[in-house]
Amino acid sequence: MEKIKNIFKSNIRQYAMGIALISIMVLFQILTKGILLKPLNVTNLILQNSYILVLAIGMFLCILTGNIDLSVGSVAAFVGAISAMLAIRMNLPVIPTIILSLFVGAVIGAWQGFWVAYVRIPAFIVTLAGMLIFRGLTMVILKGQTIAPFPQSYQIISSGFIPDLFGDSALHIFTIIIGVVISVIYVISQLNKRKNTLKYNFEVSSKSWFIVQLIFIIVIINLFTYWLASYKGIPTVLILLAVLIAIYTFITNKTVPGRHIYAFGGNEKAAKLSGVKTNKVLFWVYVNMSVLSALAGIVFAGRLNAATPKAGVNFELDAIAACYIGGASASGGIGTVFGCIIGGLIMGVLNNGMSILGISIDWQQAIKGLVLLLAVAFDVYTKNKAKK
Amino acid sequence: MLRSILEMKDISKSFSGVKVLKDVNLKATEGEILALVGENGAGKSTLMNVLSGIYEYGSYTGDIIFEGKECKFKNIKDSEKIGIVIIHQELALVPYLSIAENVFLGNEQAAKGVIDWHKTRNKTSELLARVGLKDDSDTLIKDIGVGKQQLVEIAKALSKQVKLLILDEPTAALNDEDSDHLLNLLLELKNQGICCIIISHKLNEVTKVADKITVIRDGSTIETLVKGKDAITEDRIIKGMVGRDLVDRYPKRVPQIGEVMFEIKDWEVYDPMNEDRKVIKNVNLKVRKGEVVGIAGLMGAGRTELATSVFGRVYGKKISGKLFKENKEIVIKNVSEAIENGIAYVTEDRKTAGLILIDDIKRNISLASLQKLSNHNVIDDNKEIQVAEEFREKLKIKSSSILQKAGDLSGGNQQKIVLSRWIFSDPDILILDEPTRGIDVGAKYEIYTIINELAKQGKSIIIISSELPEVLGMSDRVYVMNEGRIVGELDREAASQESIMKCIMQSSREV
Repeated sequence: MEKIKNIFKSNIRQYAMGIALISIMVLFQILTKGILLKPLNVTNLILQNSYILVLAIGMFLCILTGNIDLSVGSVAAFVGAISAMLAIRMNLPVIPTIILSLFVGAVIGAWQGFWVAYVRIPAFIVTLAGMLIFRGLTMVILKGQTIAPFPQSYQIISSGFIPDLFGDSALHIFTIIIGVVISVIYVISQLNKRKNTLKYNFEVSSKSWFIVQLIFIIVIINLFTYWLASYKGIPTVLILLAVLIAIYTFITNKTVPGRHIYAFGGNEKAAKLSGVKTNKVLFWVYVNMSVLSALAGIVFAGRLNAATPKAGVNFELDAIAACYIGGASASGGIGTVFGCIIGGLIMGVLNNGMSILGISIDWQQAIKGLVLLLAVAFDVYTKNKAKK
Repeated sequence: MLRSILEMKDISKSFSGVKVLKDVNLKATEGEILALVGENGAGKSTLMNVLSGIYEYGSYTGDIIFEGKECKFKNIKDSEKIGIVIIHQELALVPYLSIAENVFLGNEQAAKGVIDWHKTRNKTSELLARVGLKDDSDTLIKDIGVGKQQLVEIAKALSKQVKLLILDEPTAALNDEDSDHLLNLLLELKNQGICCIIISHKLNEVTKVADKITVIRDGSTIETLVKGKDAITEDRIIKGMVGRDLVDRYPKRVPQIGEVMFEIKDWEVYDPMNEDRKVIKNVNLKVRKGEVVGIAGLMGAGRTELATSVFGRVYGKKISGKLFKENKEIVIKNVSEAIENGIAYVTEDRKTAGLILIDDIKRNISLASLQKLSNHNVIDDNKEIQVAEEFREKLKIKSSSILQKAGDLSGGNQQKIVLSRWIFSDPDILILDEPTRGIDVGAKYEIYTIINELAKQGKSIIIISSELPEVLGMSDRVYVMNEGRIVGELDREAASQESIMKCIMQSSREV
């Protein structure tokens, strides 16, 4: 028991956000009389927030370096417009459209990264300029109008579902099978990790505690997939998200470039004197951000089934808020990908729950602002407490 | 008979259950300089924070009596009101405001909320004259050196009618000339009846100016040495600080010197801010295997610039010259190439340029050698933990675990982390820039032992230090630098404080 208490204490900030998310979900589940967690609504939640979560992942890396990117909403709109031109006006097939659009994102990222990393203009200014530039260019391309509709196949990525390979019963069997497969992979990887740690004679949690953890995660995974299966199955965009989360968690936790980003944010001078190529790190973080913005733009355009000049307005603020709520530090060097996703989901559940309750959009804004402030205040409070 | 101005009685203070001050007693008399010495973490700064109200009344036990009245400070304003001013090591000046604005910051000379600039400037000029600063009161803080900034802080204190001035490591960042000026100023203030408490690691300065020296160890007052009554020598003070006689401040080593390992030839570097100014002029230098070479010189002699320009061209523009390792020329364009070529550089400023303070010990140690711990860029966590544990044990880094944040440790332990990082990078040539700055006597000894151990393994070591005894105590050979040149090369026998200073003086005269 003492041990559990210790584990809890040392990770209070991470757990706190998870607990906050669960309490908010429970609250709205009660307030909405059970609508929030209906399979239909859970699916909706994922579809509605997918592009913000994609942006939050990229934004997290920017924030990790102690910087910010204000241009993501405009870049998403711009790339959405480009892909509309390619797919609708020029009738290009879907795959080349997406590849070209992502490439445009990379070019934009290289442009901004150049100014931020090599000329060393503050990122706030460069991306504020980018925000104006790409919003303007979006309107130029679209001539102020909305282009629609996209071909059916383009929409799959944003609002499609994986097909059920096992007939079409009311339950989406394939989804459940995926859940089981993921559980098996999870168990194997955890066992491997434990074995490896033991090999080095390091301390591991007790066997019973380990099994409790495993069972808990497995139950969550399968409950989730079962839930999705009872509606239309797994949305394609969820797969995209899962892959992104997995990749970026891996990069930030396990790889040398990831460590270099953390070091950069923690103390740039020290990082440089330890052989980190700081300019290069910063440059690639911005390229990455814009590629993810492009991806978010594609997803959003697909979901809207249109490219509009007003797409992506305020996306940057939601993405930044997600990171801060998720425990990232504004001065850089602290935070996790998973935390940002939790932060994004807190915002998402708030949005969705309040919409179901019929709270008007003006009040929604105000409440979201308060939540952001409270979350960060809590963060500061626990940090100060830890110091004492 | 001078009257007592301050008495601190039985002060105790704990942080989360750990007692850092245990019944400390401190007395100061009008018009005297009291020095507070002790190892890092002994509780000196905590005690001064209690005195100046940073830790409010009630968060500690014991009494503070100032000019015969008991004081219960709620914050720093309360203590300033009655004339206690503390000047911290990190100066609290605003770089883009003028001297006058800084002096009266928070105490603006205003009538009905409108600042009277004439009065402000006049008063500032008076104060500047008192501290012996000739700069105009409109000069921006960022345009004057640290030494002068320190004087501005004192002027600011004087503007508040200071009776008791507390200085925390006032000369740590100053060169000898500025230090002398500051110390003389303190003596002058003393004659004007102002009492000073200085916290300092520089024992030579302490012995020079202090009337009384109070030694603190492990949160308790050990003894107070009074000038004229007790024999005040550095060794005597050190004995009080560490609780035993340090027979030798520098551990012995039998040098085993081999072939030439590293050579710098015709090295020239220009100032990156001002490309016409040559900072390093035609430097030639070599280090052998297993040799410890010291580079002595005054602040601003160009030693750090030399080291950082060699270490991956971090500093400088238009760098020319050649580097040789084991008689083969090597070309180094950035830090990672320097590391690959087996060069390591331990920075003089571990807090801003060495450590990632918000990160843990483990990650700080591995940072420069991640390639060694990874396979296709994927880091092996277990191996990393193993390495960190190894160094924590070997270098005796005092910490709760390798997951403790570097910023939470004391200076000596932080320095050991930086050393671990570079030892783990397995260099052939190790450049140490002020390796023991701001750390206490005990930790210094440990670091010297580590350096000797590395030399014994056949590594070539270059020590840059402003403390001449350290250079002399550690080096097999000493280069003397002045104004960007090597102005002398002395072997162990020939090197002494006098001969080094002679080299510097002679070269200054020639220019």
